[in-house]
Amino acid sequence: SSRLFAVIRFESIIHEFDPWFNYRSTHHLASNGFYEFLNWFDERAWYPLGRIVGGTVYPGLMVTAGLIHYVLNLLHVTVHIRDVCVFLAPVFSGLTSISTFLLTRELWNQGAGLLAACFIAIVPGYISRSVAGSFDNEGIAIFALQFTYYLWVKSVKTGSVFWTIGCCISYFYMVSAWGGYVFIINLIPLHVFVLLLMQRYSRRVYIAYSTFYIVGLVLSMQVPFVGFQPIRTSEHMAAAGVFALLQAYAFLLYLKDRLTKQEFQTLFFLGVSLAAGVVFLTVIYLTYTGEWACIHVDFFFPRHTVFYSHLGPFYAKIHIPIIASVSEHQPTTWVSFFFDLHILVCTFPAGLWFCIKNINDERVFVALYAISAVYFAGVMVRLMLTLTPVVCMLSAVAFSSVFEHYMGDDTRREKPPAEDSSDEDDKRNSGNLYDKVSLLTMLMLMLLMMFAVHCTWVTSNAYSSPSVVLASYNHDGSRNILDDFREAYYWLRQNTDEHVRVMSWWDYGYQIAGMANRTTLVDNNTWNNSHIALVGKAMSSNESAAYEIMRSLDVDYVLIIFGGVIGYSGDDINKFLWMVRIAEGEHPKDIRESDYFTPQGEFRVDKAGSPTLLNCLMYKMSYYRFGEMQETEAKLDFRTPPGFDRTRNVEIGNKDIKFKHLEEAFTSEHWLVRIYKVKHLDNRESLDHKLRSVVPKQKYTSKKVRKSYLFQ
Amino acid sequence: MSNSVISVISRFLEEYTTSTPNKLKVVDAYLLYILLTGALQFLYCLLVGTFPFNSFLSGFISCVGSFILAVCLRIQINPQNKSDFLSVSPERAFADFLFAHTVLHLVVMNFIG
Repeated sequence: SSRLFAVIRFESIIHEFDPWFNYRSTHHLASNGFYEFLNWFDERAWYPLGRIVGGTVYPGLMVTAGLIHYVLNLLHVTVHIRDVCVFLAPVFSGLTSISTFLLTRELWNQGAGLLAACFIAIVPGYISRSVAGSFDNEGIAIFALQFTYYLWVKSVKTGSVFWTIGCCISYFYMVSAWGGYVFIINLIPLHVFVLLLMQRYSRRVYIAYSTFYIVGLVLSMQVPFVGFQPIRTSEHMAAAGVFALLQAYAFLLYLKDRLTKQEFQTLFFLGVSLAAGVVFLTVIYLTYTGEWACIHVDFFFPRHTVFYSHLGPFYAKIHIPIIASVSEHQPTTWVSFFFDLHILVCTFPAGLWFCIKNINDERVFVALYAISAVYFAGVMVRLMLTLTPVVCMLSAVAFSSVFEHYMGDDTRREKPPAEDSSDEDDKRNSGNLYDKVSLLTMLMLMLLMMFAVHCTWVTSNAYSSPSVVLASYNHDGSRNILDDFREAYYWLRQNTDEHVRVMSWWDYGYQIAGMANRTTLVDNNTWNNSHIALVGKAMSSNESAAYEIMRSLDVDYVLIIFGGVIGYSGDDINKFLWMVRIAEGEHPKDIRESDYFTPQGEFRVDKAGSPTLLNCLMYKMSYYRFGEMQETEAKLDFRTPPGFDRTRNVEIGNKDIKFKHLEEAFTSEHWLVRIYKVKHLDNRESLDHKLRSVVPKQKYTSKKVRKSYLFQ
Repeated sequence: MSNSVISVISRFLEEYTTSTPNKLKVVDAYLLYILLTGALQFLYCLLVGTFPFNSFLSGFISCVGSFILAVCLRIQINPQNKSDFLSVSPERAFADFLFAHTVLHLVVMNFIG
């Protein structure tokens, strides 16, 4: 219930950006049926291109929400699909707690399991993506992750095919839910490989992994978005490699059991030469038919995927500016680790040490999970989420071991000490021991209580705001709600024609499609970089050049976010340099990033700013009529000059802004959202005055004058 | 060298026919059949091309899957391996085998297209 702060303080609404798309798809699923959803081609997104939603989305989330909605309505519990979506994440985090309990119980013991479940229920790292209203893939994916890992550990322990098939089905659910399934399909082969290296191979591992790989492979290919990727891309090759290796190893072991050493050696030699021969022939065949394309480096290692940016923080910065610009993809700071995990991040290495000290097959798995998760969490803030479950589990192990060790001492203490100590010594000894145990227990309990308090505080303050509605608090503690976003989107919904096209930066695409229900040009899916670059170019050029682009894209309205009046720092002028960079990537001749800086290299919007910046479309749209605005509220003073931008804290440079091709359509109450209408071309081109006056080509004298001259 | 290879193989075959129980031999014959089917499918794909790629994949994976599941069954009912599988009796192994096959074939049917 600590996830319900947002619902109590505001209302039951979908938060942020991505969840709006998920909500819209689920709505489409609930109204039109499953097959309509799978085959949906959305022509109201990415305007001229459209988007094949069925093939480019992970359907697990929508299908889960749709199914719950369907079942509830079947039982005549009428719930609106929006409420199902809003409350789905908290319900699934409850299920995650249960699966974490099961997993930790398999790894250690029941006490650790309980602790782990409690930790993961309140830890901020997981709450951030699973508050009520955050209707995003990670909410159900972490549940699927933990459950898959639990079933995997169980199947390695028992060697029964039943558990493995269960693991495959859970893996299929994970594949349908989140792109992070690549983590599972690489961690499990890594686990098997390390077990092989550690000489812990057993028949159970063979059964578990072979069955898991094959059945999991064919199940994962049922998701349209994944398609044939599991046998083509490099992310999945590790699993295939380990599979082949395991088959070879198992077969050789079988033969070894049956034959003597020399016989085995001969056969082994034969096998190796056969394998070499096969490889040689394949190489010749491929060269002969020119089919090297099928293992061409680019095919196997496509550059424009997010996967490679997971491997190292520098890849995306150099190669893919769109991925680098997302704030979630930045490298993690130390502060985020502590903020999200509190004391768990300190006790987690202790738990890891305990696991390694008492190693067995399952604990190898969790050790590998921990190490890889720590590395990836260091690469991207977003991946803190995958670190959180393992940190919870290992800290639970650490706490449980400590408690067990010291509480267990109670029973030993009961036995009387050796006879040669005197009575006073007895009392003192037992007194000391009693103090030590109780002190330690008190200390641990205090740590845990502080952890709980911290988690609740973090959840309440940092992770419970629906980004759609902003709230600020006045001096007397009363709340001031800024509902500009929804005001503007609903203006669009009610005052424009149903088929208009709205151009905005890609951040707001999903919200516009969800709340305003209008066609957008680019949205958060960012699958087409050139289209986004075109929009960026339109925003960064001057008005006439931008007008050309807007006419070619059939744009009717332009929407921007402007925070200068209230000091909102997430507005489009602050994001402007990313627009320029992305546009420069595709149109390097027309847009140069250096043009927008002052000669000293600063980005300034006041008089000293560069002329290109002061005349570009984004600047003009943000600051239109802003120069005339005088702060009129009682608590703000008249010291600040008119046109003082409160976000950048400067007075703007170009105040006298006139538009030729746009007109202002709507500005929300606190100037947060500004909508401009794109005017059509004039009926007649109006000429300048100079061109209008006609110069006579020859002097015309009338005949009358000449005649009178003759008669004189 | 080839002599020794042949002699090794023949000795192995002889030992195999005498020492493996009949149940395992049945499973092994089934394994051989699946292997041949899979090889045949792959050969067809090489010759004729991969046009309905999902059909080829589903057929081939169903072969490989059946092979792996049969190997697992063989491992689990082999009385020499009893120490590894304390909780899995031969009857349970066979039941798991059937369950796994049901799931595998359901998916393959869906994937064949």
